[in-house]
Amino acid sequence: MAAVKTRSEVALNRIAIVSVLIVTIIFLAPIYWIASTAFKPRHLATTIPPTVVFQPETSPFVKLFLRRSQLREQPTPEEYAAAPWWEQLVFDGGEKVVRDGRGNVQFSGYPSRFMNSLIVAVVSTILAVGMGTLTAYGFSRFKVAGEQDWLFFILSTRMLPPVVVAIPMFLMYRWFALNDTHLGLIILYTAFNLSFSVWLMKGFIDEIPREYEEAALVDGYTRMEAFFKIVLPEAATGIAATAVFCFIIAWNEYAFALIMTRRDAQTAPPFIPSQVGSGLPDWTVIAAGTFLFLLPVAIFTFLLRNHLLRGMSFGAIRK
Amino acid sequence: MATLVMTRLDPQSRAARRGWSDLTIRNAFIIPTIVFLIVFNIFPLLYSLYYSFTDFRASTNAPANWVGLANYRELLNDPFIWANFAITAKYVIVSVAGQVIVGFGVAMLLNRSIPFKGFITTLLLLPMMLSMAVVGLFWKLLYDPSFGIINYALGLGRFEWLSNPDMALYAVAITDIWMWSPFVMLLSLAGLSAVPKHLYEAAAIDRAGPFYTFFRITLPLVAPILMIAIIFRTMEAFKTFDLAFILTSQPSAEVISIRLYKMAFQEWQTGMSSALAYIMLIMVVAITNIYVKYLNKVKER
Repeated sequence: MAAVKTRSEVALNRIAIVSVLIVTIIFLAPIYWIASTAFKPRHLATTIPPTVVFQPETSPFVKLFLRRSQLREQPTPEEYAAAPWWEQLVFDGGEKVVRDGRGNVQFSGYPSRFMNSLIVAVVSTILAVGMGTLTAYGFSRFKVAGEQDWLFFILSTRMLPPVVVAIPMFLMYRWFALNDTHLGLIILYTAFNLSFSVWLMKGFIDEIPREYEEAALVDGYTRMEAFFKIVLPEAATGIAATAVFCFIIAWNEYAFALIMTRRDAQTAPPFIPSQVGSGLPDWTVIAAGTFLFLLPVAIFTFLLRNHLLRGMSFGAIRK
Repeated sequence: MATLVMTRLDPQSRAARRGWSDLTIRNAFIIPTIVFLIVFNIFPLLYSLYYSFTDFRASTNAPANWVGLANYRELLNDPFIWANFAITAKYVIVSVAGQVIVGFGVAMLLNRSIPFKGFITTLLLLPMMLSMAVVGLFWKLLYDPSFGIINYALGLGRFEWLSNPDMALYAVAITDIWMWSPFVMLLSLAGLSAVPKHLYEAAAIDRAGPFYTFFRITLPLVAPILMIAIIFRTMEAFKTFDLAFILTSQPSAEVISIRLYKMAFQEWQTGMSSALAYIMLIMVVAITNIYVKYLNKVKER
């Protein structure tokens, strides 16, 4: 702003700053509420008026990871004193830790669902970004008859409603015994992310000057060497950004996971809501699970901040 | 793959003589992706196209009987399906309009000299990156009539949101607006920052009022990018499943994806649901077509 600001402009700017502040607070309130509920004792999670100031505790996370059952009778003081700190926290909540015949602690369903999410998201991301980068290079550097039509075809597979695709996939997976397996979900997520990765990577590779490779070809590199030694390093940022996007999309996906998995390969998104059964749910435990699940995505969002526009517009809008 | 037949590359290049030829590389890079997408997206759809003409039920072992167009005829004559489409249309209009108003409004606010602008923008973008299903679930607590913070903050007492047939769909739309306004904001910001400053200076010299400046300068220049946001959000809202499915079981909020899910995986009417899936598919492909046209238009600028 080079021009001298008039008094009304300054006032207007102040109003804008205050409004932005209010909007930010409103937008972050639900996320804050998840994070704070994850550290509340159970009786403070559902109070009227809502509890904002409280002594944070870790009991929701302890309960999240352990299989628990209702206490029939209070533990004796000796039992209580002999129990480790996390078991005491469970006792305090009126529950006890479930152990198997040998006295080993039983875990809840959460850790395995979290691991399933991680396995499926990581493997499908590697596949989608790997294939996507190659395909993007092919479309970027070589003439392909009907290029626009192929790219449209690739994008349109991405736009299909998940439930529409899930109906025949469910039947096919039943045939090949792929329902409720990691491989089944990995294939679906790879297909889902592949078109996204092709479009995004094409944007990144289009930006790398062809002259770099041409110079390398003149120097005696083969096309493949030029691709691996010149193009890939130049595209590293783009590949990383695309990978993080694909990971987030696979990590967050719900509909396919709901339909295609039951238990063994179930990921966290269908599992977390299934904890809210009938009766009064323990929102602190759900919040703890949600918090851990959202944390990686929140971190990635900040890492990705300069690529968000490009990613969300399939590479069409760059800055 | 007839369309992938070679367009000529320079056969005299070194690369053509040593190592793989450009043609081989191109095909090796592109064909696996195309095949993968055909096998895992197109082939299943052909499979369900067949089922859409049968009375197949995946829950029984009874063989599929060919019924011709009966499923489609029945669906298109079913007032309940039309009600689901009407609910979906209402949802699309409310949530996309809300996202455009909030998103564009916030973008206008942010398009000034605001301290910590980059950081605030990233914070505001957070909701759209999160899992709809998982965050949506938590909105159940926020909407709770007795101890939800929404009723408390707005002083609404024990107002019912999700279990209220009149409010459920709007409650889902509000959550969707919260999640996806940032998306419209992100694209609008890109559009707004691309408006040349000298146009505003010229308007100021001509003593153009703020409304004139907005409708004659800002809006027309941001329109193409805003259009992309609107079409994309329309398509996503049309397909919406996660949020509405998690948040409420009210029939008044049963959007078409949920009807399809129930028909396919709870009632196991595989044939009928395949037909409904195809009706949805045609609509989505039509919107995608428009979307890609706009994407390419903006790209060319």
